[in-house]
Amino acid sequence: MRRLTWFNTTALTLGFAFLYLPMVILVIYSFNESKLVTVWAGFSTKWYGELFQNEAFLDAAKVTVKVAVLSSTIATILGTMAAYVLVRAGRFKGRTLFSGMIYAPLVMPEVITGLSLLLLFIGIGLDRGVFTIVLAHATFSMCYVSVVVSSRLVSFDQSLEEAALDLGCSPMQAFRLVTLPIIAPAVISGWLLAFTLSLDDLVIASFTSGPSATTLPIKIFSAVRLGVSPEINALSTIMIAIVAVGVITASLVTKRAALRQQAEERAAVKA
Amino acid sequence: MGEKAFEPWNDPNEKPLIQFQNVTKRFGDFTAIDDQSFDIYAQEFFALLGPSGCGKTTLMRMLAGFETPTEGTILLGGQDIAPIPPNKRAVNMMFQSYALFPHLNIWENIAFGLKRDGMAKADIDTRVDEMLKLTRLEQFAKRKPHQCSGGQRQRVALARSLAKAPKLLLLDEPLGALDAKLRQDTQFELMDIQEKTGTTFVIVTHDQEEAMTVASRVAVMDHGRIIQADTPAEIYEAPRSVYVADFIGDVTIISGTATPQGDGYDIAFAEGQPTLHAKTDHSFSNGQACHLAIRPEKVAISADKPEGVANAVQGKILDIAYLGNLSTYHVELPNGQIIKSQTANTRRLSQRPFTWEDDVWLSWTNTAGVLLEG
Amino acid sequence: MMLRRATLILVPYLWLLALFLVPFLIVLKISLSDTELSIPPYTPTLDFSAGWQGFKDFLSELDFENFQFLAEDDLYWKAYLSSLKIAVIATFLTLLVGYPIAYGMANAPNHWRPTLMLLIILPFWTSFLIRVYSWMGILSNEGYLNQLLMSMGLISEPLIILNTNIAVYIGIVYTYLPFMILPIYSALERLDASLLEAAEDLGCSRFTAFWLVTIPLSKNGIIAGCFLVFIPTLGEFVIPSLLGGSKTLMIGKVLWEEFFNNRDWPVASAVAVILLLILIVPIVLFQRNEQKQREAEG
Repeated sequence: MRRLTWFNTTALTLGFAFLYLPMVILVIYSFNESKLVTVWAGFSTKWYGELFQNEAFLDAAKVTVKVAVLSSTIATILGTMAAYVLVRAGRFKGRTLFSGMIYAPLVMPEVITGLSLLLLFIGIGLDRGVFTIVLAHATFSMCYVSVVVSSRLVSFDQSLEEAALDLGCSPMQAFRLVTLPIIAPAVISGWLLAFTLSLDDLVIASFTSGPSATTLPIKIFSAVRLGVSPEINALSTIMIAIVAVGVITASLVTKRAALRQQAEERAAVKA
Repeated sequence: MGEKAFEPWNDPNEKPLIQFQNVTKRFGDFTAIDDQSFDIYAQEFFALLGPSGCGKTTLMRMLAGFETPTEGTILLGGQDIAPIPPNKRAVNMMFQSYALFPHLNIWENIAFGLKRDGMAKADIDTRVDEMLKLTRLEQFAKRKPHQCSGGQRQRVALARSLAKAPKLLLLDEPLGALDAKLRQDTQFELMDIQEKTGTTFVIVTHDQEEAMTVASRVAVMDHGRIIQADTPAEIYEAPRSVYVADFIGDVTIISGTATPQGDGYDIAFAEGQPTLHAKTDHSFSNGQACHLAIRPEKVAISADKPEGVANAVQGKILDIAYLGNLSTYHVELPNGQIIKSQTANTRRLSQRPFTWEDDVWLSWTNTAGVLLEG
Repeated sequence: MMLRRATLILVPYLWLLALFLVPFLIVLKISLSDTELSIPPYTPTLDFSAGWQGFKDFLSELDFENFQFLAEDDLYWKAYLSSLKIAVIATFLTLLVGYPIAYGMANAPNHWRPTLMLLIILPFWTSFLIRVYSWMGILSNEGYLNQLLMSMGLISEPLIILNTNIAVYIGIVYTYLPFMILPIYSALERLDASLLEAAEDLGCSRFTAFWLVTIPLSKNGIIAGCFLVFIPTLGEFVIPSLLGGSKTLMIGKVLWEEFFNNRDWPVASAVAVILLLILIVPIVLFQRNEQKQREAEG
């Protein structure tokens, strides 16, 4: 019997208050009239208006989204390949090094990853800009993608692939027609993860961006260093809203799908 | 044997160890236990038998202290146990999953409860060694539960729950996780240990064979009620309801109407079929609906009509279930009624006297069946 | 078939070699070079045209001067020690805050759990930077916390929290809390409830049962959670630079400043190499813990 005791209720209430109050306050004060962020002076959406007038922020937002889309797509392709290699390719020379390189970036401090990539780009004389950020983000995101996808591949019944081969598929067809549809949810969540990681990243982008390309986190960081600003509050609110809507929609969709599958299975048993 | 039979439930001077007095347990709208009163005596091996969801586990968990009755009282040695939390009760439980602590080795698992009592170190050592010996686990003391086989784990769970020498030991499907062969051996071991330690055992099981083998009394349960609590022989030979007759062992139920005849009753069950005869202590009114329950092994099968028997009917063999030592014939009477007859296979299969579609006679005495109310 | 397999392996392999391993080797090499006022601001550079002799000259010019410098200037080892101290304390605080939440979640009614899980994961998808930033408005001298406490009459002077280590601790606990909660929750959720009943049945009170059964059986989750907080915290940059003060010394921040403000690439690289050497210990321990857990489950 699982029950909510007073202790559990208190722990959960306080815990979630701690997690959400700062963001709730941020959202509320983004509608504050006053320039002085900590003093409430009435409801207003003027900071949102100013935000959309601010060319620098808009440009940075465009760069960020471009980088995120490109890097997460590359990361998903490479990460899925890497996961497939890790789980299915068996032994090959340098496998240990390979899996090491997959897991190491997950625990590598961002400052080191950023520094090392910057030194590489300078070393080979590559001009820093959108392209270098994309390379950098794709590199560390692909490791996250491969972890997500390989955990799905491990639980995947290999006889399904063998059945496809037995029924006349080429290995490529078997992958496209059988494996990919089954691991698709993992690939999609890998892409989403890579996308958010890229949107979020400040440190690596700071190292690998050049004067021609500034991402939103870099912009926010330099603004925020000077203190709290109502425009940043408005921007944060928009970003929080996008994430909240996205995550909640995704979880509702998965829940609906799971419920439908349950219902269908129940119907099948009865039939 | 010469010993006096162990039947404290028939002795009016015997004080029961456990008394359930009008106990009801509800979970929301669901009534798990429905106003039950019964007694369990010291040193009994008492089995609660029934299908899943019949309330047997709830009864046991109330004894252990994990559930409290909604109404009524449970007395242990004359004392109401409702206010006593599980950790203060002289009752221990062997869990269905065994619930062995995976981070402790066998020795530490068995010593766990003793340490809670603040027993002296030396006494704990002696007691644990004693338990290890009782359950033949001496050489596994240092192993972790996951390094033990299913049978060994089962014995650890038993040793751990017996270590504190409880007045009452509760066993929740203790053999459920073992395979059939091991289960049989373990049944005898359980009985042996119960006898050696003199502890009162209450066992919950859905396996009727297990209940019949180990228990001094079996309580057959359904929908939160105890339908009948009796010795295994009584339950089998003299069930008091169709439910119990049907639940325990194989049985043929013939429904009909009873007419008093001599010291028994005539039972009419179908047009064109001979009436059957059965003796019973029960009284039925003239024309009352009744059921005759007959065990297959009490029905004889023959090619020719037997002489001088109380009941004889003719039918066709519909199916034969060959079990090696026994064969069960399913014989269909002309009205569609199927009667089962079981015989020992004393001859080789090739010399079997009957086969499918054969016309045969079935016969039984007037005391072979049990006449039950409809 | 063979060719296809080779391609499959080679593409991600070469990518990681070129963009992960090689850059790291460059860091290692530059950490052994000397600072120079030029572009690039270090020497020697490898001159491929000079062939084998050039490579030998190159090697002979590498030295451990930067590491010696790190050892002699107490700023650096103080920064390492202070990072370690902050990471240890913050990890412990996160455990204190996270365990009850994980416990509450694991004991919540079944139909609540997906929602609770979602609520724990949701902040993780939200921008890290914004989550850190949200505390600046709360903790500053005129911030919401001080306003609240002063209006309640609990304090007359504003508490100075922002730009101190306390703010850094709060920021770390806040941002890394999901990493602590999730592994502990998954350990607690798998905990067989009958084990706790068995402990009670054998004479434990609720509290002793928690201490003797729940804690040991969630040990792996606790260890995993602690490493997941400790490892990234050690090299953390954003939190100390936004919430910490000038006195908050953390090695990630030092590296950043060495690189961007002082433009001392060799020293920055040496700082990075040492940080990595320090990180190897917890990373190896973490891997071993995961391995052990997998074996125990397998």
